[in-house]
Amino acid sequence: MIAELGLAVLWMAAALAALQLFAGVVALRPGGAAMTGLVRPLAIMQGVLVAISFLALIDLFLETDLTVKLVAENSHSMKPFIFKLAGTWGNHEGSMLLWVTIMAMSGGIVALVEKRLREDTLIATLAGQAFVSLGFYAFLLLSSNPFERLPEAVPEGAGLNPLLQDIGLAFHPPTLYVGYVGLSVAFSFAIGALVTRDVGPAFARAMRPWVLGAWIFLTIGITAGSYWAYYTLGWGGWWFWDPVENASLMPWLAATALLHSASVLASRNALRAWTVMLGVIAFSMSMVGTFLVRSGILTSVHAFAVDPERGSFILALLAIYIGGAMALFGFRASTVTEGERFSLFSREGSLVFNNVMLCGTLAIVLLGTLYPLMTEAFDAKVSVGPPYFNPVSAIFVIPMMLMMSVGPLLRWRKDKPGRITAVVAIPALVTALALLAVVVFAPGIRILPIIGIAVGAGLAVGSWMPLKGRNLRRTPLSVYGMVVAHFGIGVALLGAASESAFSTERLAAMNVGDTQQVGPITVKLLSIAPVAGPNWTALDATVTASYKDGAPVTLHPQARTFSSPPGERTESALHTRWNGQLYAVLGKEGDDGRWQMRFWWKPFVPLLWLGGLLVALGGILSLLGRVAHDVRRLRAEGKIAYRKARLENLK
Amino acid sequence: MSETKTGGIKPKHQRLVLLVIALVALIGAGLLAAYALSNQASYFYVPADLVKDPPEQGRAIRLGGMVEKGSLKTRTDGVTIDFVVGDGMSKVPVRFTGITPDLFVEGSGVVAEGRMEGQTFVADNLLAKHDENYVPRQMGDMTQAQAKAVVAETK
Repeated sequence: MIAELGLAVLWMAAALAALQLFAGVVALRPGGAAMTGLVRPLAIMQGVLVAISFLALIDLFLETDLTVKLVAENSHSMKPFIFKLAGTWGNHEGSMLLWVTIMAMSGGIVALVEKRLREDTLIATLAGQAFVSLGFYAFLLLSSNPFERLPEAVPEGAGLNPLLQDIGLAFHPPTLYVGYVGLSVAFSFAIGALVTRDVGPAFARAMRPWVLGAWIFLTIGITAGSYWAYYTLGWGGWWFWDPVENASLMPWLAATALLHSASVLASRNALRAWTVMLGVIAFSMSMVGTFLVRSGILTSVHAFAVDPERGSFILALLAIYIGGAMALFGFRASTVTEGERFSLFSREGSLVFNNVMLCGTLAIVLLGTLYPLMTEAFDAKVSVGPPYFNPVSAIFVIPMMLMMSVGPLLRWRKDKPGRITAVVAIPALVTALALLAVVVFAPGIRILPIIGIAVGAGLAVGSWMPLKGRNLRRTPLSVYGMVVAHFGIGVALLGAASESAFSTERLAAMNVGDTQQVGPITVKLLSIAPVAGPNWTALDATVTASYKDGAPVTLHPQARTFSSPPGERTESALHTRWNGQLYAVLGKEGDDGRWQMRFWWKPFVPLLWLGGLLVALGGILSLLGRVAHDVRRLRAEGKIAYRKARLENLK
Repeated sequence: MSETKTGGIKPKHQRLVLLVIALVALIGAGLLAAYALSNQASYFYVPADLVKDPPEQGRAIRLGGMVEKGSLKTRTDGVTIDFVVGDGMSKVPVRFTGITPDLFVEGSGVVAEGRMEGQTFVADNLLAKHDENYVPRQMGDMTQAQAKAVVAETK
C-alpha cells in the first residue's frame, strides 16, 4: 500500500510540475496574467507531494518490505537501523528520488519565501525549475521506478554493499545532493533572469543565498566524503582523483566562482553576463557529475548502476538542459547590458582573476576526467591520475591562493597599489619565511608540497588582514564569513601539503608481540582475536602505540567479513594527536603465521578536514549575515509601507 | 595579471578585455591539459601488448590479466609478493609490496597500476574485483580475443 501511495504521489507531483511549467509560460505571455497566481502554489504543492513520496520510500526501507524490488535488492532485515535508513539513498533509484525531492522542495521554498525579485522573473524562474524537474521525473518514473513491486516477496533482502555500510553513508550523499540540486535553483534563476531580461543586482541578491547554501553543503559533503574514503578504504589517501570525486569537485569550483561573481553583481552591478553564464555552468557540472556517477560509464567504487539505457537517458537530459540554456544565453547575451566599469586594480579585478583561475582549474579537472572516455572512442584505454591532476591544477590554484591575500584588501572600483603594500607585506613575509624554513630544515621534499606549505602559511595569516583597522564589533558577519573561509582554505592546504611531504609509512609482517617504528611512534602488536557485529564477523588486532616515550594508547584495526551480501572490508584504526594522526591497518595472515600490518604517521593531516569545515563555517556565517540583513531590510520596508498607509488614512 | 596593471585601458573596451582574458585563460588551460594528458595518462596494457610493444621504462601504466596459477610467492619480509600475469599469449612477472585486495587469488583477474623496471612490472596498487558484482571495468574491456577468456574466467 505504502509503495503504491508513494508512486501515485510521485506521478501527481510530476503532473503538477507540468502544470507549473505551462502556467508559468502562459503567465509570461501577454494576456496571461490570470495564471500568475497559480505558479507559486503549484510549486509549493509539488514540493510537499514529493516529500511524501520520499517518506514513503524511507518507510519501506525501515520496514524492510521485501515485496518491493528495490528494498529486496538493497536491504536486509538484519541491518542496523541507521543503514536501513541510509540504504534508502544508497542505491540508484533511491538516490534519484532524493535528487528529485530536494529539487522540488527547493522550488517550493523559493516560491514560499522569495520576495525581492520582480514577479515575472520569479515566475520564469519557477517555470524553469519545473522544466528541469520534469526531465528528472521522467527519468525516475520511466526508467528507475523506486516503488516497483516484485511478483512475489523474496524471503530475505540482498543487503547493502559492505563498503557502504558506514555512518558516512548517512551524511555524505544527502549533503552532496543538497549541494548539487541547490545549484539547480541558481540555474533556474539564471534562466528566469535571461527570459525576462532582468539580469541585475536584484537577481544576484535573490540568487546569492541559494548559491551560498548549496556551496556550504557541497563543501561539507566533499570534506565528509574525503574523510570517509580516507578511513574506510584503508589506502591512507584522502583524495584519489576518482571520476566521482571530480564530479563533486567540479560543481564546487563552479559554485565558488559563481559565489564570488554574484557578490560583484549584487554589490557593484558588474559582471552581469558572466554571472549568468556561471549559473548555467554550475548546475551543468552537477548534471555532468550525476551522469558520470549514475551511468556507470567510468570505473569507480561509486558506480553501482551500470546500465547503458540510463546513461543515454541522462545524456539526453544533459544535452537538452545544458544545450538549451547555452542557446538561450547565446540569444539573450547581447541584451544583457554592460554593468558598471572598474579598473583592473580593484576588488572586482581581483575577483575576475579568481574567477578565471577557478574556471581554468575546472577546465583542467573536466578534461582530465573525460579524457579516458575520449580516448576510448579510439580504442585506447587510459587512466588519468595524480601525476596529471596535481601539477596541472596547481598552475591555476597557486596564483589564485596568492591573490586571496590581496583581493579582499582592495577597494571596489579603483584602488592604488601603494595603499595596501604594507599590509600585503605581512603574508608575503610569512610565505617567504615558510619557504625558507622548509627548504633549510626539511630538504628532499618534492616541489609541490613545498609550495603548498609556503602558500598555505601565507594565506592562513593573510586571510585575517581584511579585519585590520576595522571596528571588529561593527564588522558585518559576512566579512567574518569570508575571513574564516579563506583561513580554512589556507589551513586545508597546510594539512594536505604536510601529509604529502612528511608522511611516513611502515609495512611489515608481524608476529604477536613484535614492535615496529613508524615516524616518532612505536607500535606493538599485542593480540589478534575474532569479534562479531550485527551482520559481520572480524579479526580484531589489539595494537598499542606510544609517541616518542609517552604513555601507550590502544588501537583496534579490524578485517571485517560481511555476510549479507558477502564481502570484506578493512576497518582502519586512527589515533589523532594535536600534531598528526596514526593510521593502522590489519592485513592478511601469511603462510608463516605472521600478520601483515600497515602503519602511517601523518603529521598535521587533520588540518585538511578541519580546514574544509572552517570553509563551510565561513559560508554559514556569511549566509547568516546575509539573511539577517535581508530580514532586517524587509522588516524596515514593511514598517515604512505601514506608516505610509496610516498616513494616507489619517489624511 | 591584475596585480600589475593599474587600469590604463579605455572603458569602452572593458568587456572585450575581460572576454579576451577569460578566453586566453581557458584556451591556455585546454592546451596545458592536452599537453599534460598526452604525457601523463597511463595506458592500459595486457601482457601480449607489453611484450609486442613495450612502453618506456618508468612510465606509469596499467597491466591487466590473470594471475597465473602456482606463480604467487611471498618473499621473506612477508609483505612483498611476486607473481606472473598472463593473458594466454604472453606472461609478465609482477612485484608488489603491500596488502593485497581481498579477492586477489591465483587464477583470478587483476589490474595492476605501476611501471616496468627492467623486465619486471613493479605494481604500486592492485585492483581485484571487490565482490562478485564488481569487476574493474578495464578488465571487462580488454576486447582482444585473448582477453575474452580472461574475462569469462573472472566472472
